[in-house]
Amino acid sequence: MNHAVILAAGEASKHRPLIITLFAVFVVATLVITIWAGRQTKDAADFYAGGRQFTAFQNGLAVSGDYMSAASFLGIAGAIALFGYDGFLYSIGFLVAWLVALLLVAEPLRNSGRYTMGDVLAYRMRQRPVRTAAGTSTIVVSIFYLLAQMAGAGVLVSLLLGITSDGGKIGIVALVGVLMIVYVTIGGMKGTTWVQMVKAVLLIAGALLLTFLVLLKFNFNISDLLGKAADNSGKGSAFLEPGLKYGATGTTKLDFISLGIALVLGTAGLPHILIRFYTVPTAKAARKSVNWAIGLIGAFYLMTLSLGFGAAALIKPDEIIASNKAGNTAAPLLALHLGGTDSSWGAILLASISAVAFATILAVVAGLTLASSSSFAHDIYANVIKKGQAGEKQEMRAARWATVGIGAVSIVLGALARDLNVAGLVALAFAVAASANLPTILYSLFWKRFTTAGALWSIYGGLVTAVGLVLFSPVVSGKPTSMFPDVDFHWFPLENPGIISIPVGFLLGWLGTLLSKEQPDPGKYAELEVRSLTGTGAH
Amino acid sequence: MATDAPPPSKTEHRLPSTEEFVAVQEGAEFGELRSSHRSFAFPLTVAFIAWYLVYVLLSNYAGGFMGTKLFGNVNVALVLGLAQFLSTFLIAWWYARHAAAKLDPKAEAIKSRMEGGA
Repeated sequence: MNHAVILAAGEASKHRPLIITLFAVFVVATLVITIWAGRQTKDAADFYAGGRQFTAFQNGLAVSGDYMSAASFLGIAGAIALFGYDGFLYSIGFLVAWLVALLLVAEPLRNSGRYTMGDVLAYRMRQRPVRTAAGTSTIVVSIFYLLAQMAGAGVLVSLLLGITSDGGKIGIVALVGVLMIVYVTIGGMKGTTWVQMVKAVLLIAGALLLTFLVLLKFNFNISDLLGKAADNSGKGSAFLEPGLKYGATGTTKLDFISLGIALVLGTAGLPHILIRFYTVPTAKAARKSVNWAIGLIGAFYLMTLSLGFGAAALIKPDEIIASNKAGNTAAPLLALHLGGTDSSWGAILLASISAVAFATILAVVAGLTLASSSSFAHDIYANVIKKGQAGEKQEMRAARWATVGIGAVSIVLGALARDLNVAGLVALAFAVAASANLPTILYSLFWKRFTTAGALWSIYGGLVTAVGLVLFSPVVSGKPTSMFPDVDFHWFPLENPGIISIPVGFLLGWLGTLLSKEQPDPGKYAELEVRSLTGTGAH
Repeated sequence: MATDAPPPSKTEHRLPSTEEFVAVQEGAEFGELRSSHRSFAFPLTVAFIAWYLVYVLLSNYAGGFMGTKLFGNVNVALVLGLAQFLSTFLIAWWYARHAAAKLDPKAEAIKSRMEGGA
């Protein structure tokens, strides 16, 4: 019998016990780590920043763990398996983006902030309005990202375990949500960082093993692999050229430019990535951790390339589509094929890769939850509501409650969105980060004249433009692939708003500064600039 | 070199006053640090974003060129994609080297002087 159908139709009974066992091993191991980390978490610096004692390599691993979501592992491998070169093209923006973080953001942020992105944005501005804005955009970006991961988790884990009932899918979303709440409330940044590190090692080991097995099948002859993939895909040499996914029409081409810009400029504005730079002792260590991350993430995408083409070469495209339309199960299917569809090796390999995917989802959602609850507690609760008068214990309590709240909201939204097509929300999170966060970060650090008004115009303007355009784009309505395919109120033709909303964010920051009567505080800028470049007084 | 100083102690450093920060910001030493960061990081950022956009535009609008086979089934598109990886790795390495040689010593000197409160 056709194993893709087995995987799709829920007759995975012979693999299911093994997959569940491996899931359980991962969950138990990470819970032990979390409890251990929880005991070491005493003050706010421990909870928000893991005590700032991680090494550059450890943090580099954790950054990679935070960044390589299920969308990259399964999504990119699947996109390459179905669309060939365009899947690879997509992955490149995610890597190049790290240079913005390396050259312009990581070190100054580490030097001048304490716990959140808002620390840097509000440094020389009026605290309350800017922290409110920074908190709002942090939470919006993280929730979009979280929602995509949660709904994805429901679909994916259901698929891997062969669960088809609605109740089962909701149960999985709830389980993921509860686990992430436990990781974050008990383990704080310390626990979450260790979970990311474990996950990154598992993910890289899994990808390495599959890559080796794929290349072994083709005697390490890349050209043969490519040729076989092109033949088997039924698309011939077009499979190895750009265009199958993004090149369909003039609009899709423009959409890809928009997506590419959002990816490259969005990474350095993602709050869950930015707070990772606070977990190391110095800016130099932050720089080194970005370099480790670039190496690890780059190596990982190169492996994804061979997994994607390997799946295309070894599995019939119909089988991949039958299992999941977007190709998200291409990597697990490849594992089954490489091990032998009827052998226990195949089952073990499939179960291992599925468990890795599960670990990936859990770790990423924990990182996102931590970013949004930190920002709620530190920016909004402590500095806006309590006007900086909250004690450390009070602030940590607020962070834990915020985690429970955000976790509950994402369980409900994830359960409601389980059948909606929300994969596009990850790209949207990058677009919002690039439009609302990056302009303000860069202006704050490098532009002497920048003012509170500029910061607010840029954050809210970028946020509203990006979210508004998506609301009226084919992501939400008007197409069979939309979130709500049955209604049509779209007028913006592109799926990614970046090409408009990013320039708008930068322009509004500049315009808001020029038009306001407010005078920038040169003393504060001197403090921020000297601190950000030298590390004087860094926490 | 600044690293000859004893490692930073656990005790709280004195945070300099705003006037001291302004004085340092206007000083020649900090001016050099700022310009050696900016003159390296800014043009390089523009360059790698431009190089990425060229690659995206070629993929979009120059399908024929990208599909040119170079050897076996390896075409221009694949080589240019891999070149993006290579350039990213190289820039990361180059910046780390620049920072260690040109930025860190200056930054550490200013920092230890300010925190020492000389």
